[in-house]
Amino acid sequence: MKKPMKIAIASGKGGTGKTTLSTNLSALWAERRRVTLLDLDVEEPNSGLFLNGTLVKQETIEKFIPVWNPDACRLCGKCQEVCEFNAVMKLGTEIMVFPELCHGCYACSDLCPNSALPMAARPMGELNHYRMDKLDFIEGRLAVGEEQAVPAIKRVKEYQKQELPDSDLIILDSPPGTSCPVIEAVKDVDFVILITEPTPFGLHDLKLAVETIRGLGKETGIVINRDGIGDDGVEQYCSDEGLRIIARIPQDRGMAKTYSAGKLIYPSYPVMKEELSRLIDFLEAL
Amino acid sequence: MKIVFTAKGNTWEDAMDPRFGRADYLLVFDEESKELSVVDNREQSQQEHGAGPRTAQKVIDIKPDVVITGNGPGGNASRALEAATLEMYVGAGDMSIKEAYEAFKAGKLAKA
Amino acid sequence: MKEIVVLSGKGGTGKTSLTASFALLAGSSAVVADCDVDASDMHLLLAPVVEMEEMFYSGKEAVIDSDACISCNRCLEVCHFDAVETDGTLYEINSVNCEGCSYCERVCPVDAITMKPSLAGDWYVSKIRSGAKMVHAQLGIGAENSGKLVARVKNEAKDVASKDSKALVLVDGSPGIGCPVVSSLSGANYIVIVTEPTISGLHDLKRLRELIVKFRLPSGCIINKADLNSGYKDEIQKYLKKEKMDMLGTLPYDENITSAMVQGKSILEEPYSNSETAGTIREIWKNIQFKLGLDGE
Repeated sequence: MKKPMKIAIASGKGGTGKTTLSTNLSALWAERRRVTLLDLDVEEPNSGLFLNGTLVKQETIEKFIPVWNPDACRLCGKCQEVCEFNAVMKLGTEIMVFPELCHGCYACSDLCPNSALPMAARPMGELNHYRMDKLDFIEGRLAVGEEQAVPAIKRVKEYQKQELPDSDLIILDSPPGTSCPVIEAVKDVDFVILITEPTPFGLHDLKLAVETIRGLGKETGIVINRDGIGDDGVEQYCSDEGLRIIARIPQDRGMAKTYSAGKLIYPSYPVMKEELSRLIDFLEAL
Repeated sequence: MKIVFTAKGNTWEDAMDPRFGRADYLLVFDEESKELSVVDNREQSQQEHGAGPRTAQKVIDIKPDVVITGNGPGGNASRALEAATLEMYVGAGDMSIKEAYEAFKAGKLAKA
Repeated sequence: MKEIVVLSGKGGTGKTSLTASFALLAGSSAVVADCDVDASDMHLLLAPVVEMEEMFYSGKEAVIDSDACISCNRCLEVCHFDAVETDGTLYEINSVNCEGCSYCERVCPVDAITMKPSLAGDWYVSKIRSGAKMVHAQLGIGAENSGKLVARVKNEAKDVASKDSKALVLVDGSPGIGCPVVSSLSGANYIVIVTEPTISGLHDLKRLRELIVKFRLPSGCIINKADLNSGYKDEIQKYLKKEKMDMLGTLPYDENITSAMVQGKSILEEPYSNSETAGTIREIWKNIQFKLGLDGE
């Protein structure tokens, strides 16, 4: 296995089992070697519900936005001119900043002729680093009301590089979908696991996810979760597209109930443990 | 008194636009000169973000005493309007401009 | 005109399947908006017939003219998004990273950078089998889901409803709590949250609730797959009561919803229309209509 090895777990559709897979896979793999798990679904980070570790560090994630200094300002309006996002406006004799609209490009701040808009840090979420035996688990949690996930995702990845630079194996639980938070989550990884359910919704969104991942030039493997429900559309698609199905998790009411209670599945389900062990063997051979 | 209406057209008979940020037109009535003028705001309907503050800016530049609208401005527009000294009245969303004006004069509209 | 937005926080709770069912029940008195633009699925159940298609441009993208470029590095110095890539001589923009802020364009000493409109996706106005119009979209791969396309879909749906004098706009929202969700909330009269009785479902419900409170919107909850975990079902109901959110109803885990989906149908349609689940969904919809004063047909 290449070192360090970065594996992302993504999906087009939400609710297909990313977190189930990332937590169970990481915990089982950590019985063999040290694993670092990053929960990058910063809008709804759920992995921590299934893993019990000690808190190693907690940090505020910050974004930088301009803050108006009325004493230095000459009301020239250049700031509004250079802002593409309507986040800075000259209204009467006041300069108003709209933090939710700001993308943090620094243009207004740097280009203000009177340095009247210095950039200041503003909390946008938190980062929590937990450890349980050989598993380090880091989650990013966007503050409710904050709209932009990407800066928080970036910070979690950065944190791992800074605090755990010797991690050989990093698993990234990514957000659902195919838009820029997902791109941010998967863009530096070596392999992307796409997990889906064998239904028309699952298939439709899988196709979008595959297009996205291929567009980034990433190698991918498919995991079918809740195998047995729906139809064989996903199987057919994978066959047609030459996509490897690297694991199948069966539909099982008992497993669903275990998941619902916030417990890892493989300790009480040998079928799951075996399938994940096979998956680990496959990934280690990459 | 100078009054701004969020409008769907540019005459007294036209309907009020219940929206603020994405209102089609800003109709300006100067009670002293009895003049009715219009500011075209339709570009804001293409703005997905920041329409509220942009429209607020246009309103502030008109320097009205009163703004009459339907639903009232959203969060960002409200903040933007704090920079101005004007009174906003809401609830006229389903009326014609004329009816809205009469309702305002009769004290029937709620202050935002 | 009233606006109902259906959200879930967590993905996979059945939000889209339920919204499609509500759309069919609302019939031609509603305009349907699929604002789950990143991987939108409702069309798989509603089979919209497209009447109008438009491209959606959102924001800008920088482009460097390599002939004019003098490799001064200024663009790279000012870019906060790692969107300028170079081997030392040739400078290129990474369009996936570019946020369209135009800072580089403003500082380039030789005007080698231009900003071009960024194509984010397409949106459509279609007709569905209930006789209603549906506005939906597809976000481009890797595009910025800043909520702009969501806002466009919503605004177009509202315009259609206004022009056609429809009483209701029914919105299928996005999962999560970020930009696209905030975009779909604006102007809503009522939020329907679809959740599941699991630890994740409750966790995400709470975060979503926090967001909705910020917008001061009334909301109600449907617990789907309610028989999966009665402990969590009770906990969610307790939470709803405490938060003064409406308890709109519960639905059992029903494989027929998936079977219907495979056939491109909602569970309200044959051969499932007389099932208990279908009946419960109809009751829940009546409940929602009552809360909004929409039931006076």
